Amino acid sequence: MTKKDPDLLLFHAPLLRQGMTTPKAMRDVIYALLPATGAALWFFGLSAVLILGTCIAGALLAEWLFATGESRTESLRDATAVLTGLLLGLTLPPGLPLWMAFLGGFVAISLGKVIWGGLGHNLFNPALLGRAFLLATFPIAMTTWVAPSGDGFASVYTSNLALPFMQAQVDAVTSATPLGMLKFEQEVTPLANLMFGKTGGSLGETSGLLLLLGGIYLWLRRDLDWRIPVSILLTVVIFSAVLSLFDATRFPTPLFSVFSGGLLLGAIYMATDPVTSPITPRGAWIFGIGVGVLVMLIRVFGGLPEGVMYAILLMNAATPLIDRYTQPRVFGRGVDSP
Amino acid sequence: MQALGLLRRNFEHGVYPAHHKNQTEDLPIQRVPFVKDYVMPLGQHIGVPSRPVVVAGERVRRGQLIAEPGGFVSTALHSPVTGTIQKIGDFRGVDGRFAPAIRIEADAFATQQIDAGNAVDWQSLSLENFILAVQMAGIVGMGGAAFPAHVKLSVPDGIRIRSLLVNGAECEPYLTNDYRLMVERPEALLEGVEIVRQKLGAEETVIGVEINKPDAIEIIRQHIRPGQPVRVVPLKVKYPQGAEKMMIKSVFGREVPAGQLPRDVEVNVNNVGTIVAIADYFLRGLPLIERVVTVSGPGVTYPANLIVPLGTPVRDVVRFCGGLKGGTREIIMGGPMMGRPIASLDVPVLKGCSGVLVFTEAETARRKEYPCIRCGRCLEACPYFLNPSRFARLSKARKFDEMKAFNIFDCVECGCCTFACPSNIPIVQLIRTAKDDLTHRKESTG
Repeated sequence: MTKKDPDLLLFHAPLLRQGMTTPKAMRDVIYALLPATGAALWFFGLSAVLILGTCIAGALLAEWLFATGESRTESLRDATAVLTGLLLGLTLPPGLPLWMAFLGGFVAISLGKVIWGGLGHNLFNPALLGRAFLLATFPIAMTTWVAPSGDGFASVYTSNLALPFMQAQVDAVTSATPLGMLKFEQEVTPLANLMFGKTGGSLGETSGLLLLLGGIYLWLRRDLDWRIPVSILLTVVIFSAVLSLFDATRFPTPLFSVFSGGLLLGAIYMATDPVTSPITPRGAWIFGIGVGVLVMLIRVFGGLPEGVMYAILLMNAATPLIDRYTQPRVFGRGVDSP
Repeated sequence: MQALGLLRRNFEHGVYPAHHKNQTEDLPIQRVPFVKDYVMPLGQHIGVPSRPVVVAGERVRRGQLIAEPGGFVSTALHSPVTGTIQKIGDFRGVDGRFAPAIRIEADAFATQQIDAGNAVDWQSLSLENFILAVQMAGIVGMGGAAFPAHVKLSVPDGIRIRSLLVNGAECEPYLTNDYRLMVERPEALLEGVEIVRQKLGAEETVIGVEINKPDAIEIIRQHIRPGQPVRVVPLKVKYPQGAEKMMIKSVFGREVPAGQLPRDVEVNVNNVGTIVAIADYFLRGLPLIERVVTVSGPGVTYPANLIVPLGTPVRDVVRFCGGLKGGTREIIMGGPMMGRPIASLDVPVLKGCSGVLVFTEAETARRKEYPCIRCGRCLEACPYFLNPSRFARLSKARKFDEMKAFNIFDCVECGCCTFACPSNIPIVQLIRTAKDDLTHRKESTG
């Protein structure tokens, strides 16, 4: 009676939570990308550091610039801008001029996320939108591939250091990507090189095994919908298996299809972006199959050697529709009354 | 598919909160002392409020009828103590709003002993009179919803009940009141089961218990009389195993069609506490004047399982348990997943109050809300296979009508989605907002 009662709160039940938070889930994806990022640093040295760093810096700047007041620090803290910058950087050629990488990161966040209403509201994967912007704007720089330099952190590709709005001087030995070699020269890259990373290509797509490793981590942490990578990869395997029955020299083998280009990076880390992929289980299957089919159509019949980016972006656009028509059957509905 | 469901003895989806039952599971039920003031709200069950049959100043005996049912979906109230009616008027309810109630002051020094009431000869009662007797005994569903028990037991003509399902899942964390009843009063439980089963004309009784209570399963099995048609079915520990439609799915592998009741799949579901209350009335003449309450949570000094006379203020229950620890921020009546926060310690213990849970800063700290990233964890949690993510978005945009197309009224507000949400979105609250708007707008225009 003498003691004052505590001021009671009236928070709505449930009071218990399972402990996972959205920023934690975002950071998990960054952790999952660390092995592949490490490989990028190993193969491309200082250039990789600079490209990834400028992409992230561009993304963070956009995030900071377009947020206001208190949400400024908050939106930087939820790690989504870092993740977008990192993902974008991993899809870029190692010799890309840094100012382009910076611009890409900036565009990825501003046009890919902010104008839609921020995190959770964008229709397209921001990193891929940034990459599409770069590919459309700087087609030559975005398709000039250099072979892994081998001298690690000692040197930088001079093309990295091109001044803004100047075309880059290509100095290093250019090398086609495995998909490019197959498409334009009918030359097949050995599978071991694809798995361990001794190929030309974007920073993050060179080592298939490390990308898979991160995917397994995310699956164990329940941070990704396993249906999406599984359905994409299965579709690609089946599609190319059928094709290689017709002409084994012209068309890639299933394993080559899986481990070449940006397929693993896209299937595991970008197609699974929860914001831009279907939320329903059946929708996830449809989405994955759609991405897989589009990837193979573009790779085999299109003018470009690689099609993962466009495949995912196209399916992103279909996501709201897929979600609408793949609602699960509600418990107790559609069952007969006894 | 159905055979598979039977094999797995489970419903799909759901969540796995930590049990938190170890604070109280080994503590025998004890009785709290009688105090001075009791408040009996007239609307402590679902349905029409009861109608008082006493006036201020009148002396009442413990167990005496003080309010009669206000209609069919309503039930009687009895005085929890021997004493004097102080006032019939408005008192603060659980949610902080004023509601009609009867205040009774207990006689000082009264022993509060009641004459062993007469056992009711239930076997010779007609079904109609049996149901009336349950109503006049004031018995409601003791699991938390407080739906009048006699309404559930009234089966319309032409519908046959094959099985009586007794809900001993107790899937809410912290609560151990049903567990203690099963362990301490298995005879009463099995007596009540026989009364209800025979009156329903059911073939058998199934008692569903989550497997984290192995001794309850064992003790009930030991007390089943030879030939008594009772099975105890161990169930997976998963929330909300105790939601009746989920339990029917787990035990019988059948889905109750949306908008229909368990009786439509030939099952009648009752909570363990309800069955014991029925046994106490028909075999010992005790109307519903007290119940078992688990007092627990990080903010209470001595957690306990208690027999509490209805109408006892939470303040006195908590004081009996050594009082509140410093840092108490919220008190929940019921379980932590579906219970209701109380606004004041003067709120009385009600028929539907299975627990008084005291939480501190750690559980109630304002969690930062993030935007929905459509991760789908809520879809994988929802036992009804609804799309809580979409509900939350639509409700925030106040597009309530659109939510009807996504079966918002199938939601039972079990809280799985909110529990699972990594963005700390108060999904259940948003759904309730929408439901309120939809029902009240319908009322005002219709």
